[in-house]
Amino acid sequence: MEVSYWNKEIETLARPDLEKLQLQRLKEIIGYALKTHFYKKRLEKAGLKSPEDIKSLTDLKKIPYTTKDDLRENYPQGLLAVAPEEVVRIHTSSGTTGIPTVIYYSREDLNNWTENLARSIVATGAGKKDVFQNMMSYGMFTGGLGLHYGAEKVGMTVIPIGGGNTKRQIQLMKDFRTTVLHITPSYLLHIHSKLEECDTKLEELALRKAFIGAEPHSENTRKKIEGLFNIDAYNSYGLSEMNGPGVAFECVYKNGMHIWEDGYITEIIDPKTGALLGDEEEGEVVFTNLIRKATPLLRYRTRDLAFVYKNACPCGRTHRRLSRITGRSDDMLIVNGVNVFPSQIEEVVMRIPQVGTNYQIYLEKDGALDKLIVKVEIYSKMFSGDINELDKLKTRIGEDLRASIIITPHVELHEPGSLPVFEGKAKRVVDNRPKL
Amino acid sequence: MAKEVNIFVENRLGRLQSVAAILADNEINVRTMTLQDRGEFGLMKLIVDKPEKADLALKDKGFASAIKDILAILLEDKPGSFNKLMLTFENSKINILDAYGFVIESNKQAVFCVEVKEPGNIKQILQQEGFKILEEELYEF
Repeated sequence: MEVSYWNKEIETLARPDLEKLQLQRLKEIIGYALKTHFYKKRLEKAGLKSPEDIKSLTDLKKIPYTTKDDLRENYPQGLLAVAPEEVVRIHTSSGTTGIPTVIYYSREDLNNWTENLARSIVATGAGKKDVFQNMMSYGMFTGGLGLHYGAEKVGMTVIPIGGGNTKRQIQLMKDFRTTVLHITPSYLLHIHSKLEECDTKLEELALRKAFIGAEPHSENTRKKIEGLFNIDAYNSYGLSEMNGPGVAFECVYKNGMHIWEDGYITEIIDPKTGALLGDEEEGEVVFTNLIRKATPLLRYRTRDLAFVYKNACPCGRTHRRLSRITGRSDDMLIVNGVNVFPSQIEEVVMRIPQVGTNYQIYLEKDGALDKLIVKVEIYSKMFSGDINELDKLKTRIGEDLRASIIITPHVELHEPGSLPVFEGKAKRVVDNRPKL
Repeated sequence: MAKEVNIFVENRLGRLQSVAAILADNEINVRTMTLQDRGEFGLMKLIVDKPEKADLALKDKGFASAIKDILAILLEDKPGSFNKLMLTFENSKINILDAYGFVIESNKQAVFCVEVKEPGNIKQILQQEGFKILEEELYEF
C-alpha cells in the first residue's frame, strides 16, 4: 500500500519525542489557560499557578475535567485567552438549553487546525490532483470550513457547495469530474438513491474517495458506501471544541483514525466514575487541545464513546488510532450530521403558550436520511377553535425549532393528554432508526 | 349569533366516536357536523342543541374544545336561493372563512352556516334582503 505524508517528521516522530513535544505544548497552553477567567480559578485551586508546575504529562491528572456546561457558563468571554483583536474567527454552537458555547481562533490557531487537515487529507492518499467537493455545511458548523482550508492548503481544486441540493451536487460532480467528497454517510447514501432520477450513471462520475464523518456509522455502512460507489471511504472525526474536523482521521489502511497527538492529548475515562481507562478499553474520550491558544480547553469531556488502539499502524505513523465512535454518554442525538439535544427541543416547545406540557421526539429513517418528528400536545386553555391558528402554530413550532437546532423537524399536533406520560425522567425520545 | 362547538381531534381510529359518546352520555342532540381536515388532525365542527353543555362535557373529558359564533341563515330549499345569498355576501364584500349547509325539511327549509372574519353589518344587510338569521332556535328547529 502506498503511504504518503504531509508532514512526515511530525507524523512519524518517535513516541518519546512526541511526548516531549506534548509536554512542551501543554506547558505553553497552560500559560494561556491561566489568562482566562475560568481556568485561572480552577487551575489555582488544583495547585497549578504557573506552567512550571507541570513537570510531566502525568501532572495533567491534577486538572479537573472540563465539560460543555463549563463552556456554557463561561459564555461569551470566560475562556478567551488572547486579546480580542488577536481573534480571527468565532464558531458558536447552540448549546443544550439555548445558551450557546463559543470557540475563538487566532490566526495561528487556524493555521494549526488547517495543518492537521492537510495531514488528514494526504494520509488518505488524496492530494493536489484531486477535485474536492465539500458537501458539509459551511457557516457556524466547523465541518465545512475546516476541510475547505485543509483542501486548499494541499492544493486540491475545491468546490465549496456545502450541504443539500442533491441535483446540483450531482451536476457539479459530473461537470468538474469530482474525485473526492466530504459528506455525511447518510447523505452519501441518499445521493446514490437519486442518481437515476438525475439521469446519471456511476460511470459518468470520476469519484475515487469520500471523507465521511459528522455522524457515527458502522463498518457495514462504510462497506455499503464503498460498494455502491466503487470508492474508498475514510472515517473522519472532530468536534468544534477541539477546533472541528481533523482531530482524528483514517489513513489508507482504514483501520481506526490517527489522532494528531502533537495537537491533542487523548484520555479515555469511565463516564460514570471519571477513572482513567487503558488502551483498547472503551469509554468516554477526553481531549486536551494543545494547539489552540485563543480558547484553551484542558481535559474536555467529549461525551463520545470509543477506545484507543494499542498496536502501531502499518502506515508508519506513530500517532495512535481512535476507534469508531460507538455511542454517547449523554442524550445528544445526531440527525443528518447535526447534533441535537432533546433539551433544546424542550426549551423551544415549552415557551410556546399554545403547547401543553407534554411532547415527544421521534427519529425515523426516510430513505437514507434521518427524519426528526416532534409531537406536541396542544394546550386546551389556549385553544380558540380556529384552524388557521392551528396551522400557524405548527409553522411557528417548526420555525422556532429550526432557529434553535438548525434542522427542520416534522411537527405533529396532538390532543391534550394523548402522548404517553412518563414517571420521573421522561423518556421522550423514541429512536426508530436502524443501527447503521 | 348561533353557537358552533369546535373540537380538536387527532386522525386516529375511534376519536370521532369518543366525541359522539360524550355527546350521547350528556343527552346532546347533534344537528349537523363537519370536519376541517389537516391530515394528522382535524377540527370537528358541531351544531348541537346544547352547545355550552357540550363544550363543558368535552373539556371535562380532556378534549380541546371552543365555542365560536357563526351566522346561521335560513334558506328556502329550492333552486336560486343559495345564489341569492352568495350575491348578498359578494355585494357586501364580506369574505367567508368557512361554510356548510344542511336541510331541515326537504324541499322547504335549509340552514346555511357561515363563519366570517369581520361580520360588520352583514346581519342587518341579510335581514334587509329578507333572510332570516337563526339564533337559539337553530338548536330546536
